[in-house]
Amino acid sequence: MRKIRTPYLLLLPGFGFLLTFFILPIINLAQTSTQTPVGGGDTGQYEQTLRFQNYIDAFVENKEQFGRSFLYAIIATILALAIAYPLAYAIAIKGGKLKNFMLVLVVAPFFTSFLLRTVAWKQILGEEGFVVPTLRSLGIISQSTTLTSTSFAVVMGMTYNFLPFMTLPLYASIDRIDPRTLEASGDLYANGFTTFRKVTLPLSMPGVVAGTLLTFIPAAGDYVNAAILGNPNTKMIGNVIESRYFKIVDYPTAAALSFTLMAVILILVTVYVRKAGTEELV
Amino acid sequence: MAKDAISAKGDLRLTRLTKSYGDFTAVDDLSLTIPEGSFFALLGPSGCGKTTTLRMIAGLEEPTVGSIHLGTTDITTTKPYQRPINTVFQNYALFPHLTIYENIAFGLRRRGIKDVKEAVDKVLGLVELPHLAQRKPTQLSGGQQQRIALARAIVNRPALLLLDEPLGALDLKLRRQMQIELKWIQKEVGLTFVHVTHDQEEAMTMADTIAVMHEGQIEQMGSPADLYDNPNTAFVANFLGQSNLIKGTISGNDGDSHIVDLFGQKISLPKNRSHAIDNSIYAGIRPEKFRISRLGTPTSGNILSGGHIEDVSYIGVSTQYQVEMPWGQELMVFEQNDDGVAPFSKGEEVNISWEPVFTFALRGDEDATAGSEVNPEELDEE
Repeated sequence: MRKIRTPYLLLLPGFGFLLTFFILPIINLAQTSTQTPVGGGDTGQYEQTLRFQNYIDAFVENKEQFGRSFLYAIIATILALAIAYPLAYAIAIKGGKLKNFMLVLVVAPFFTSFLLRTVAWKQILGEEGFVVPTLRSLGIISQSTTLTSTSFAVVMGMTYNFLPFMTLPLYASIDRIDPRTLEASGDLYANGFTTFRKVTLPLSMPGVVAGTLLTFIPAAGDYVNAAILGNPNTKMIGNVIESRYFKIVDYPTAAALSFTLMAVILILVTVYVRKAGTEELV
Repeated sequence: MAKDAISAKGDLRLTRLTKSYGDFTAVDDLSLTIPEGSFFALLGPSGCGKTTTLRMIAGLEEPTVGSIHLGTTDITTTKPYQRPINTVFQNYALFPHLTIYENIAFGLRRRGIKDVKEAVDKVLGLVELPHLAQRKPTQLSGGQQQRIALARAIVNRPALLLLDEPLGALDLKLRRQMQIELKWIQKEVGLTFVHVTHDQEEAMTMADTIAVMHEGQIEQMGSPADLYDNPNTAFVANFLGQSNLIKGTISGNDGDSHIVDLFGQKISLPKNRSHAIDNSIYAGIRPEKFRISRLGTPTSGNILSGGHIEDVSYIGVSTQYQVEMPWGQELMVFEQNDDGVAPFSKGEEVNISWEPVFTFALRGDEDATAGSEVNPEELDEE
C-alpha cells in the first residue's frame, strides 16, 4: 500500500508549485483578458464583461510587432543554430580531454547578469567599440552607418543571449553519436560531407529540435534585447505587453496579447515538431 | 589515382608497415601478403597490434611508415571511402536512424547505384533475415545485428572484407554457429576475408591461413594445422592451445632425428621440427599427444618414466591429468575416454609416452611461459 502511495507523494510538491505559480495565474490571466474598464472608474479598474473582441483589437493593433517578434526570433534561431552546430560538433567530436572545460566556457556567460551582458552589446556595437571602425575601414558599412539601436543589434543580442540554449542540447545529441557509425559511413563509400548529411545530421536531429525550441520560444517573447539594443521601430510583442502592463496599466490587452502569443507559439511548435518527426528518431 | 583505387583488386600486400603513437609502436615493421580469395586471420592477444593493422588496411589509420598495395595499386594514403574495402565492425556500428534495408543499401547508394532492391534482397536472403528489412537496428538481437553488419558489407562486393572481432559480443553457442556460417558465406561469395580475433579456436575454425601477432609483429604464419603441430616459438605454442615445454639438450643425431636429453632421459625428435639455434632447447609436446601407462606395461616411442599422477579432472570426452615428473615439472596430459580402461588415480606411479613425430623443439633461451598467461576471454576490447 505504502509503495503505491510514494510516487504520488513525491509528485505533490511539483503539482503544488505548478498549481500555485502556473495554473492559477493563467486562469487569472484568462479572466483578465476579457475584462473592460469600469465605467467612470480609475485607471486600472476593470470588470468582467467577457469581451472576446479584446483579442481581435489587441491583435489588429499590434500585428506589426507580432510579425517582427517571430521574424527576429526565427533569424536569431537560425543564426544561433549556424554558430552552435559547429561549436557543439567540435566540442563533442574533437574536444577530447578539454570537453568539460569547453562546456564550462559555453555556460560561463550565465555567471553574469543577463541585463549586464545585453548592455555590454551596446558597447561592442557602439562607436568606441572595435566592430564599427573595423567594418567601416573595410568598407562593409558606410561612414555614417551606426549599429546601435538597430534591428541588427536586437537580433545580434538575441542570438548571443540564447546561444548556450542552442549549444547544450546540440552537444548532448552529437556526443551520443557512436563515432564508429561515422567510420562505418566512410567505410561504405561516403565522403566527409555525405557522412555529415546522411549520418551525423539525422542522428543529431533531436538536439537540433530541442535547441531551436529552447531558443525560439523565449526569443519570440523576449523584450529585453529590443528594449536595450533597439529603437521604437524594432519593438517586439514582449515590449508591447510590458508597456501595456506596467506603463499604460491596460491589463486586458496585455493579457489578450500574452494568450495570443502563447497560442501562436504552441501552434508553430506543434507543426515544427511534427515536421521534424522527432518520434522517428532514437 | 583515387579513381583507380576503387576498382583495384588482387592480393593485399603490406610492406614494412609501422604505426607509432608517440613512444608506443603498435605495429612494428610488418610485411604480409594476403592472397585474393582467402580467409585470413590475424590472431593475437589484446594490444598485439592486430586491430591497428586492420584499421590501416581500412584506411581509418594512416601508417607511420610502410605501404599498402591492393594488387598493383598503392592505397596507403587513399581515403577509406575510396577503397574497395568494407568492414564488419566489432560493435556492428549499424546506422540507428535507418531501417535494415537502408542500412544495407547505404554503400550501394553512395556509389550511385539507383536500383538496389535486387542486391539488398539477395543479401538479406543470404543472411536469412529477409523479414527484418523494415525494422530498425535497435529492434534486432545481437546475432541478427551481426548478420546485418555482414550483409551491409558484402552487398558491396568489396575486393577485401575486414572483420574486426565480429563475433566477440555473441554468446558461445551463437558464436560457434556464426563461425561455420561465416566460413560458408565466404566460400559462397568468394571474397577475400581478413578476420581479426583473439580467439584461437575461432581463427582455427575459419581461416585458411593464420598470422599470429605479438607485440606489433608477426610471430608465425601458416595453416591452422601447421601452427598447432609445429609452432616456432613458445608464444605460439602457448597461445594456440596448450603445450608442455620441457627443458633439454641435444646430445646426438640419429638419421633425420635429434637425440635429446631431458633431465637424464633420452628421447628423439624430427630434425625438421626443431626451431632451436644451438643445443639448448625446449622440447614441446601437446597434452593430447601423450599416453599414460602403468609401470610394466609395454609402450613404444618416446618414454619418460618416473611420473606420478598429481591431479585428475574428468571432463566427459576426456580426462585431464597433471603428472609430476622426477625433476619437479608438472606435465599436462589429455586422455580420450575411449578405451574402457579405468582412469588413473591420484598418486599412481606412471610412465608417459608419445610418438616422436609429435615432438617439436624451441630455442632454449625462450621464456617458456610466453603467451600462456593471456586469458583471451577477459580481454575483449583492444
